[in-house]
Amino acid sequence: MREIVVEVIARVVDDLLRLRKHLVEADFEMNSKLKIENLHVQVGETPILKGVHLEISQGEIHALMGPNGSGKSTLAYALMGHPKYVVTQGSIDIDGIDVNELDPCQRARLGMFLAFQYPVTIPGVKVADFLRHAITNVRTPDRKEGEPLMPMKEFRIELRDTMKQLNMDPEFARRYLNDGFSGGEKKRMEILQLAMLKPRFALLDETDSGLDSDAVRVVSEGLAKLSGPDMGVLIITHHERLLEYNIPNYTHVMLAGKIVETGDASLAHDLHANGYAEVRKRHPEEAAQEQKQQEATV
Amino acid sequence: MQTAMPHISITTSEGFEAFLATRNEPDWLAQRRREAFALYQSLCVVELDPEEFRRVDLRLFRPNDYQLVADLPDGDEANQFSTLMEHRGDFGGSIAHTDGHLVRSDVTSELVEQGVIFCSLSEAVLKHEELVKKYLMTKAVLPDADRFSAWHAAFWTGGLFLYVPRHVTIEKPLHSLIGLASSKAADYSHTLIVLEQGASATLLEETASADENLPGLHIGAIELLVGEEAHLRYVQLQNWHHRVFHFAHQCGHVGRDASLQWTVGSLGSKFSHVHQDVMLNGQGADAQVNGIIFATGRQKLSYYTQQYHKAPNTHSDLLYKDVVCDRSRVIWRGMIEVDPVAQKTDSYQRNDSLILSHDARVDAIPGLKIEADGVRCTHGATAGQVDEEQILYCMSRGISRGEAMHLIVNGFFQQIFDRIPVEIVRDTLSQSVQTKLGFDN
Repeated sequence: MREIVVEVIARVVDDLLRLRKHLVEADFEMNSKLKIENLHVQVGETPILKGVHLEISQGEIHALMGPNGSGKSTLAYALMGHPKYVVTQGSIDIDGIDVNELDPCQRARLGMFLAFQYPVTIPGVKVADFLRHAITNVRTPDRKEGEPLMPMKEFRIELRDTMKQLNMDPEFARRYLNDGFSGGEKKRMEILQLAMLKPRFALLDETDSGLDSDAVRVVSEGLAKLSGPDMGVLIITHHERLLEYNIPNYTHVMLAGKIVETGDASLAHDLHANGYAEVRKRHPEEAAQEQKQQEATV
Repeated sequence: MQTAMPHISITTSEGFEAFLATRNEPDWLAQRRREAFALYQSLCVVELDPEEFRRVDLRLFRPNDYQLVADLPDGDEANQFSTLMEHRGDFGGSIAHTDGHLVRSDVTSELVEQGVIFCSLSEAVLKHEELVKKYLMTKAVLPDADRFSAWHAAFWTGGLFLYVPRHVTIEKPLHSLIGLASSKAADYSHTLIVLEQGASATLLEETASADENLPGLHIGAIELLVGEEAHLRYVQLQNWHHRVFHFAHQCGHVGRDASLQWTVGSLGSKFSHVHQDVMLNGQGADAQVNGIIFATGRQKLSYYTQQYHKAPNTHSDLLYKDVVCDRSRVIWRGMIEVDPVAQKTDSYQRNDSLILSHDARVDAIPGLKIEADGVRCTHGATAGQVDEEQILYCMSRGISRGEAMHLIVNGFFQQIFDRIPVEIVRDTLSQSVQTKLGFDN
């Protein structure tokens, strides 16, 4: 009797171990998912986002479109953890981790990346030095300041190769971060950072704005080279050009702080061709809110 | 450390006489010292120049707390300095002083053969008496400037003499270390550099304390005499520990078609006041002054800089960059003076400050006194804080707030590093900023 019990227990333990191993492996292969649920965000006293739902898996490309003031950039800043953008309701979650509890630095180390619409200038800090710090931290998320940086030689090779891949002049790396850069150069700088940091989730906030068509092409091609099965991308734009090279799996339309429609790439084409009038007609409540907001700001 | 070491008072006549008795010096020098001490005593009761000292509060400074150290500390203590430059470079010569006493000195035979003199000033008094007599505190820093210069002229000990003959070029930099190792020691080191016509040299000088808890006093003077068509690069890295008072008169004379590049790193001391003059004496003279001031804790660092154009077609370019943290304070008062004869002067003067704490403060006051009519003089001062958007941007790339701050501070100083062609100087300054920030990579 006892022998049977022992044998059963042994088998159960064995099964459990196998199951655990299986789960651990599954976890490694699991596609990370960025889940945004019922997100409400305000800036100062003004509510901007009013219940955003969005799920992005690694490997997917999402386009987020919408008229000016609809809350697209607010979503990007809130996801990155800018302190001016306060989450009042809802959640941001990556694989069970509550992102809203994390500061921007921790979010970056978790694999989030925001390509800024207006990248800041940091005089005196060379692109290469900045990137070496960033890359070391993102790749060794537990690193404390003062602990070793990525070895210089290794870093230089990687930087050189990445710049070559993006057709960038190596001289770029010796310049000060965005100091005296043209609009196009700043955006390429963002793409270079994206390429070096290889995030799981990349948010591109109007990376195509303010650029001439050649520059948009360069940036678009760059992004197309970088995105792949390991990167979930959210492209915020009101143009279509960026999407020509980066065909979205999903297109979302934002109006008055909510995602009101989701479709495929054809929705993006449609919006580009016909504007938002039809969307407003289909969503009169949000359109009315948008109207009210605009009047309030005037 | 504090055992029966003989100390000499630096404020009393008895102390001064006792000091003189320890010096085996020619009569002319003893006489000059006597005159200077009398001057010091009389200037002590005269108000300091209000223009220069208005914002400098001397009430915490008690001269009687400090003494001259008659003997070197025993053993290794004289050599325990965390020097930033010494082990970095290949030097043409090196001199080290501790508490005003020479601890070592060397210079390559090649330089000696070319007639270069690089030795302690005390040795130079004995071996090159005429040269020292001609230049020491007779042209650049004068004893009667104020009580600190008189005090220095009376008690100078230690320090170095660099003399480069006509058309001799010294390729390798020279190095000098001035250290304080005894508690409450007063140091009066003097740096005297004379470049004859067409000569060229680079001297890197650093000051350091052996122990961070030692109170100390430095009353220094620096004289840089750059002859016609000569070129001098001089760097001073002030890195005393945080219980040292530091007063200095520093003066450079630049002759016709000569150039002086003068770089100041001001990181240490509890309290500093430095009077820095650059005199453009000959046509075509050119001076570049670079300053890094980095104050933390409760440090008070004060600089009074003057660019004095006394000849036509002269050029000067001064850039100071200050960072203040915690409860520290930086005072910078700059002045450009242009004599009536100095037509076609081109002069630039700028101070930028980065204020990292609500309790820190910078007073930056640029000034011009122009008596010639065909000149171009520009001056300015800026003060700002680190932009929160810059920090957020760094954080969004995985760089912590603290590390971002450090990158930005280092970047703020970078403009100065970019002006310095000598790699070892650039690296040392950058390293010393990093060390003060608390990180070494």
